[in-house]
Amino acid sequence: MSLITTLARMEAVREGRAQPLTTVRHRHLSERPLAFVPLTTAGEAGAPLGALVGTDRDAPRLLIVAQPRDRDLRFAFLAELAEEIQPYLDSYGDEVELEERKETDPETGKKVPVQVELCQDAPQLLVPSAAGVAFVRLLGRSMRFRRTAEQDPETPFPAPARVPLLGRWLTHYGERARVPGSCLLLSLTELLSRHWATGQSNLEDQHLGSLLAWIDPPAGVPGAEAALRAESERDEAGQLRCPPAGPSTDPAFDNKLLAPAMSRYDAARAEAAQGVAGGAARLRLAEAELRGLVESQLRPTWDALWHGVDLLRALPEGTRVADRWKRDRWSYTGHRDRVRAGEPPQPKLDDAVTAAQKLAARETAQAQLDAHEALDDPLVMAGRRLAGEAFAGEVIDVEMAWSDAKVPRPRPLVTIRTEDRPHLAERVKLHRVTADGRAQSGEFAGLADLDDAADLDGAADVDGTADVDGADGSGEGGSGEGGSGEAGGADVVGDPGDTDGPGHALVVRLTGGMGRGKQPEPGTVPEKGDRVCWTLFEHAPRGGPELPDPESTPWTHGGPPDAAAPAQGPQPDPMTEEDYL
Amino acid sequence: MDARALAALAANPGCRRRALLDGAGVDKGALAQALGAPANFGQSQFAHQRGNSFEARVKADGGADLVRLLHERLRDGSEPPGPGSVATPDLTAPGPQGRTARTALALREATEAGRWALLDHPMVSLDVAGSPAFLEPDAVVVHPDGSWTVVEIKSFPMVDGSADPAKVGAAARQSAVYTLALERVASMIGEPGQGGGAAKNGGAAKNGGAAENGGAAETASASVGPAAPAARADSAPVRARVRHQVLLVCPKDFSNLPTAELVDVRKQLAVTRRQLDRLTRIEEIAAALPEGTTFDLRLTDDGRVPTRPMEELTAAVDSVDAAYAPECLSTCELAAHCRTRSRAAGQVEALGRGVRGELGGLTTVDAVLTAAMNGPADKAPTGDPAVDALRRAAALRAEALAARPEAVACR
Repeated sequence: MSLITTLARMEAVREGRAQPLTTVRHRHLSERPLAFVPLTTAGEAGAPLGALVGTDRDAPRLLIVAQPRDRDLRFAFLAELAEEIQPYLDSYGDEVELEERKETDPETGKKVPVQVELCQDAPQLLVPSAAGVAFVRLLGRSMRFRRTAEQDPETPFPAPARVPLLGRWLTHYGERARVPGSCLLLSLTELLSRHWATGQSNLEDQHLGSLLAWIDPPAGVPGAEAALRAESERDEAGQLRCPPAGPSTDPAFDNKLLAPAMSRYDAARAEAAQGVAGGAARLRLAEAELRGLVESQLRPTWDALWHGVDLLRALPEGTRVADRWKRDRWSYTGHRDRVRAGEPPQPKLDDAVTAAQKLAARETAQAQLDAHEALDDPLVMAGRRLAGEAFAGEVIDVEMAWSDAKVPRPRPLVTIRTEDRPHLAERVKLHRVTADGRAQSGEFAGLADLDDAADLDGAADVDGTADVDGADGSGEGGSGEGGSGEAGGADVVGDPGDTDGPGHALVVRLTGGMGRGKQPEPGTVPEKGDRVCWTLFEHAPRGGPELPDPESTPWTHGGPPDAAAPAQGPQPDPMTEEDYL
Repeated sequence: MDARALAALAANPGCRRRALLDGAGVDKGALAQALGAPANFGQSQFAHQRGNSFEARVKADGGADLVRLLHERLRDGSEPPGPGSVATPDLTAPGPQGRTARTALALREATEAGRWALLDHPMVSLDVAGSPAFLEPDAVVVHPDGSWTVVEIKSFPMVDGSADPAKVGAAARQSAVYTLALERVASMIGEPGQGGGAAKNGGAAKNGGAAENGGAAETASASVGPAAPAARADSAPVRARVRHQVLLVCPKDFSNLPTAELVDVRKQLAVTRRQLDRLTRIEEIAAALPEGTTFDLRLTDDGRVPTRPMEELTAAVDSVDAAYAPECLSTCELAAHCRTRSRAAGQVEALGRGVRGELGGLTTVDAVLTAAMNGPADKAPTGDPAVDALRRAAALRAEALAARPEAVACR
């Protein structure tokens, strides 16, 4: 946690409510997201107990598995889930726009522009907590290798149609959620704690109810108290008033309510199967009771999820969010194409090249996300400035200069007064965004003496700063602090000698973003009195070198994928007669 | 105290409150309830049933399946265990001391027999802060070469060969505690003439403590069963040793079939050993308590309702220092109480252990906020880097918030 976040948390403690960590919303929120609140059976992997799912906050669909150990009931649940989610996922697949993309022509090897489809929007899944994201992945893994009777008439326990397909989609969404800044599958706890600092620890923020209690406490109740209530308040029967956001249930609920109801259900089912009089009616009753119980655990979380969505929607969206959402749309479109092309489900384990590609993509996405958030949001930028990765200040002097090349290029020197203390060394690359949104590059050219620089206002000429080009970084060798300019690679600005003034002046040599001519284009060079913000990090970081095709994986990394692999993808998981414990 | 509690205790060795209460065998759950801050702990009966039935399934067949799984994972090219080649000694005995002694005896016999043996729910003991704790691993396998492997059976799934890292970590820490306790037994078996003494529980192994604990001589006597390789070196022939890889057995993917992986616990072992050595002796903590301190809840005759006034109890609990951190919430029954006290005192650790790092000498929220907000007008540095950084952070934060287009507060 950075110091500025720690400070925000402490302010939250003092104020009794969460404090903003951002001034804008840094994640895309769909107009019509699909909310999915799952519950699972304690201790049983991939044995769902129930779920609320839907796009209409007032009319979620309740799905339950009355006896999670029963494979048929579980398949029925998955089929219903697919019925609810799959049409939503498919509904975005047909509204497309055309984008031009460079692709390598297989015959000539040249890059040629091609028109490809890009879906105009993409479906977005919301789950309550990070554990929910993990559960989506697990569901996807448990479903995508199942075989339907259509695919394989021999399969002993055929899965309902659509179930394997939904498994592939959930796997894709779960995988995409690991890319920093992606928005196809989001958890509310993560979203909210990105935008607000509460007066409790990160661990406690994992509880959606408690997190919301800090962000939007009921009138007159301090956040800490509201959070405590959300976390642990129980009713007379010993049940939590605000059940955990799942997917696991509260043990007290399992032991006191769910287990007895399930035994009643099992008994009624046995009776109904034996044809005992009234058995069928008792079975319906028992099932209705279970439905009620499961809904009682899900509904508060469902409402909390939408409450969180409301809070987030009140924040204006950051300018660069749409750029990143476009990548999510590409991701969605890409998977749509793979499904349509009849490709097999994702493998259990990635091959070396795919794994390396995924990691590299995530690293790039992280760097890009960090840069975007800082540029979109002065509060995030403040954190970077505190960390010495950026500085902002007022331009106090601009001096034109040109490079020594045969065709001289403009290399103006801009002096900025700042109180920030960036980690600068000579010729460190700097980046900024101009007022009209274009990127400009520069490099650190040294320190200017603040007193002299201030005097420049009145001075007729500049003598010292013109030398900045040369080896003498600060130019003003004679002044009391000039020595610090000589520090070369050291943390020049962090020199204790600088700390007694109300700031200092840094000279930046502009190296780009000024057009092609000998004279910089108007508006591209900051003017005296402008506020500028330079960063030490790139704004559009690029990934590393390209990786080989999977077919040419070196033997050190396992060699090319097995050509003899079955076209249908990996074998389904072996099924035993009974698959519960 | 079970291995899970012990591992949790070792994770927070600075907590005197926990060390004392655990050492004295106080029911922390009941205490927390009486203090009005009950823990959100509890196990679902579904998880419990599943855990039990999975363990039973794994151990069915006289442990042959389990030993076969272990042998497969070893990949050492040795002969696979044939049918009926796994001995399963009977370990029943009255009382924990008796079971511990029986286990030590069975281990010695199995080691000398030079064949596969499966000890189902053996019992081993470990000295914790000066008092013994009895531990019950799921199983211990004795190899034909005389080495022992701790087996931990868990019911979380291993999907495509990998399981939830947090759960695997917890299992590894727990197994490390068993390994540590077994090393003590091994060291005693390894010494001729002391074999009989090994069977008598409670005889603390004091040999070689210093060698094992890197010269922590003063704590060596309190230390828990060091393996003492140095001691073993001069007493040939010694074959008993505890392998530092434990076998973690989990359900495979989404089925009920077992699969297993060897988990290296050397790191957890070193951490646990060091932390347990660091545990302040309970006597020392107790000696610092006011005369007559008791955690007695004064239950009514039916043993249900505590009658001791809450203030009195709170005062008694507060007489021992706690080292609260949010991680406690998932491992200690008393954490909710400690959290309330920690927050009331405004301690910065309540926001997370990592928070302290950047705050230098500032230990309370108030002190931090005062330092951050009440800077002098001339922004002169104070000489305290933590305070200067805080002031800059506060100024930058205020500047950015003031520049917001419209006040988009929390609502």
